[in-house]
Amino acid sequence: MTTDSAAVAGTLSIEKPIKSELFVSRARAAMWFLVPMLVALAVVAGWPLYRTIFFSFTDAKLSAPNGLADAHWIGFKNYWSSVTLGSGKVVYTGVLADKQWWNAAWNTARFAVASVVLETVFGTIVALVLNAEFPGRGIVRAAILIPWAIPTIVSAKMWGWMLNDQFGIINDLFMRLHLIDHKIAWAATADTAMYAVLAVDVWKTTPFMALLILAGLQMVPKDIYEATAIDGVHPVKVFFRVTLPLVRPALMVAVIFRLLDALRIFDLIYVLTPNSDQTKTMSVLARQNLFEFDKFAYGSAESTLLFLLIAIVTILYIWIGRVNLGGENR
Amino acid sequence: MAWFYVKRTAFYLLVLAIIVESVFPFYYAILTSFKSGTSLFEVNYWPTMFSWDNYIAVFQNGSFPQNLLNSVIVAALTVALSLLFAVTAAYALSRVRFRGRSALLLTILSVSMFPQVAVLAGLFEVIRAFGLFNTLWGLIFSYTIFTLPFTVWVLTTFMRDLPIEIEEAAIVDGATPWVIITKVFLPLMWPALVTTGLLAFIAAWNEFLFALTFTSSNATRTVPVAIALLSGASQFEIPWGTIMAASVIVTVPLVVLVLIFQRKIISGLTAGGVKG
Amino acid sequence: MAELVLKDVRKSFGAVEVIKGVSLDIRSGEFMVFVGPSGCGKSTLLRLIAGLEDITSGTLSFDGQVVNSLSPSKRGIAMVFQSYALYPHMTVFDNMAFGMQLSGGGKEEIKKRVEDAAKLLQISQYLERLPKQLSGGQRQRVAIGRAIVRDPKVFLFDEPLSNLDAALRVATRLEIAKLHHSMDNVTMIYVTHDQVEAMTLADRICVLRDGLIEQVGTPLELYNNPQSLFVAGFIGSPKMNFLNGQFADAYKASTIGIRSEHIQVTDTDPMWKGQVVHSEKLGSDSYIFVDIGAPEPIIVRQNGTTSKQLGETLNLAPMTPGLVHRFDQAGKPLVH
Repeated sequence: MTTDSAAVAGTLSIEKPIKSELFVSRARAAMWFLVPMLVALAVVAGWPLYRTIFFSFTDAKLSAPNGLADAHWIGFKNYWSSVTLGSGKVVYTGVLADKQWWNAAWNTARFAVASVVLETVFGTIVALVLNAEFPGRGIVRAAILIPWAIPTIVSAKMWGWMLNDQFGIINDLFMRLHLIDHKIAWAATADTAMYAVLAVDVWKTTPFMALLILAGLQMVPKDIYEATAIDGVHPVKVFFRVTLPLVRPALMVAVIFRLLDALRIFDLIYVLTPNSDQTKTMSVLARQNLFEFDKFAYGSAESTLLFLLIAIVTILYIWIGRVNLGGENR
Repeated sequence: MAWFYVKRTAFYLLVLAIIVESVFPFYYAILTSFKSGTSLFEVNYWPTMFSWDNYIAVFQNGSFPQNLLNSVIVAALTVALSLLFAVTAAYALSRVRFRGRSALLLTILSVSMFPQVAVLAGLFEVIRAFGLFNTLWGLIFSYTIFTLPFTVWVLTTFMRDLPIEIEEAAIVDGATPWVIITKVFLPLMWPALVTTGLLAFIAAWNEFLFALTFTSSNATRTVPVAIALLSGASQFEIPWGTIMAASVIVTVPLVVLVLIFQRKIISGLTAGGVKG
Repeated sequence: MAELVLKDVRKSFGAVEVIKGVSLDIRSGEFMVFVGPSGCGKSTLLRLIAGLEDITSGTLSFDGQVVNSLSPSKRGIAMVFQSYALYPHMTVFDNMAFGMQLSGGGKEEIKKRVEDAAKLLQISQYLERLPKQLSGGQRQRVAIGRAIVRDPKVFLFDEPLSNLDAALRVATRLEIAKLHHSMDNVTMIYVTHDQVEAMTLADRICVLRDGLIEQVGTPLELYNNPQSLFVAGFIGSPKMNFLNGQFADAYKASTIGIRSEHIQVTDTDPMWKGQVVHSEKLGSDSYIFVDIGAPEPIIVRQNGTTSKQLGETLNLAPMTPGLVHRFDQAGKPLVH
């Protein structure tokens, strides 16, 4: 709109719109409301993350005379470096060359996949049960909230007691049922430690998955089931062809939440199976290096790698999800 | 016809299995906590005795009552602070249009995806720098990393659903955003606040890694750490009875709270999950 | 009282222009109705006047003062929303008093104003109740009461009757009309998609289409002299009969329109002839649908219950020749 055309039109046209004070004041208020929260997050999450990453590029040690302030920049040495010995042999050091790290990564991956699969399957079963209408449904719903409500540490101790080799009730039960012929130290034995951890985690987390999946199930309109009933479709077919596709969005959300949680797991492993090489996850290992082995910078590198892993998994998941969505919407 | 009854029975067996499987470990912990002396070393499926010995031992432990109090203080204050910050932030994020709003929301949510260990090193430095090491405030401060994003996300979802015409009527009546939040929205949102507060309380109560790393003395420890570190007179004697008693003490209030508020909790969990 | 002037007001949401240049003078104390089909921008225009949306360009003035930058509570307006928008957790009294409490009115003054408004609307006995304890019609009156307490210069109504059932709608329409009479120095702007409401309540009607004004005038002006095909077809129920082709050629126009209440069945100088294909008997009037060879049957109104049967052949003619509206190709009226 130029002033020429305005003159021709004979009406007054304002170049700059007059802003209402309502919107100006609301925008200003919004800013004031957001700033405290953003500052809090920056201080509690943003800055510490940056520092952890920073430390991973230094030789920081808690035991140094001035503590962490004595740290010097050493580049990628914590991640990957090589030393040539006098004999000519090349030795690789750094997290990426560390057998312990890869063992921990393997443990974490094993645990994550197993727990997510088991919890999704069991969670779906429980959700299907809860979705049905039957007397006593309220009792079931209340019952499954109990494992979820119990603090992880307490669960670890409770199960530790049940899995105890001498006095544990699991051993007693299995012996009576002739499933085993001698008492097993489930949490302490290398072969069975991971099973013990999985048992507790599945017990504790299936309710959460069940509730999320149930919410997805309840969004499926009831008349679809009535239509399949009229058509006489077999219930198993109904589940796989009708229910599952409709619940998929809720399932995908539940799965990604669980997967990310499983990759980060610390509490359960630390309390139930401390010092077990078969269950040590990346979080446990990183903390060990940070605070128990006086390898602060090394632990920071491991922490950074774990963060990167989580970030990549999240981004991949969103990207794949978007690509699918785009295809479906067309 | 018979097939119908078979299916029915199988279904109810499944229901029974689910209930037993969920409740049994807790039941067994309670059972164990009431045993004392040598009966601890027998395996019983049903209660055999009823003794308060273990519970007395827990409270005579020295710092356990203090640990309980610490957990209550830390969880309560964490929730109060988070709700305060989150309510105002949720208003801005749900009711005021500005550029980059959805990106901001996603960023906030992504903070809750951080592995705790990734910020552990950096937080350790910050907490020591502020002189908060081995204090309750150090824990309250660090817990906001997971309670804030969650409460902001859930409260934003709830506020978005409040009818816009009520807010417009308030604007016509001359209400500023602060008045709108306090006099119009909060009274309508208190179920959501209770739910979110409860979920955040449970998360804070449960927290282990930060509590383990940022406290060093029994007097400052919270309950999860206290239980994890419970040990007996000698290195080889694990006081299972006492541990179970402590576990029950810590868990019963939580279970009661959760059962009372189950509907709200379930809706809060799914609001955060499904709508997200 | 307040005189409103809109000068070339435009509103865009992002790239989409919803109000495309509206200029309008609303007289002080007038009851002005904005009417039009869905999406024509009437609610948006009302919200621009209220201040709930920003005006993209153009000016809005109250009594000569440009108010574009003022927030709603400073413009001296009050608004009655379609869904009443009562505060669910406050009593009726608190709902009505809220605005005054915020601007720091004295307790005595607030009490008096609320009680006066309640008496006017006959809701005094509900003052201590919560909105959920009231019926739809009562809630609407509380919403109106809330607006009255604000003592505004301009009353804004956003489709207030849409959520009420038919009988309540008529009763509340009467209440609003009475309100206007009893407060005759308050300007009222009313938005509706129902042209019957518009015709019965308005001093003047502003017909909107696609973000532009089609015509402004008194109800009878719009009824008798529609300035476009659109207005002719929008005002009046049932819709005006439109005829093209040979029927319009007979009147030397591109399109002609005649209302069903202006056609008579007569054998004297008939213009159209056809068979009855359908009839609707409403008791007080009847409407017969006659196929005269046009793409759509022509609707004819008859007093009381019609005696015409299905399949009967009828001769039709306009009651007076002047009642036939002639339009050119652009949809503009042709002058006789």
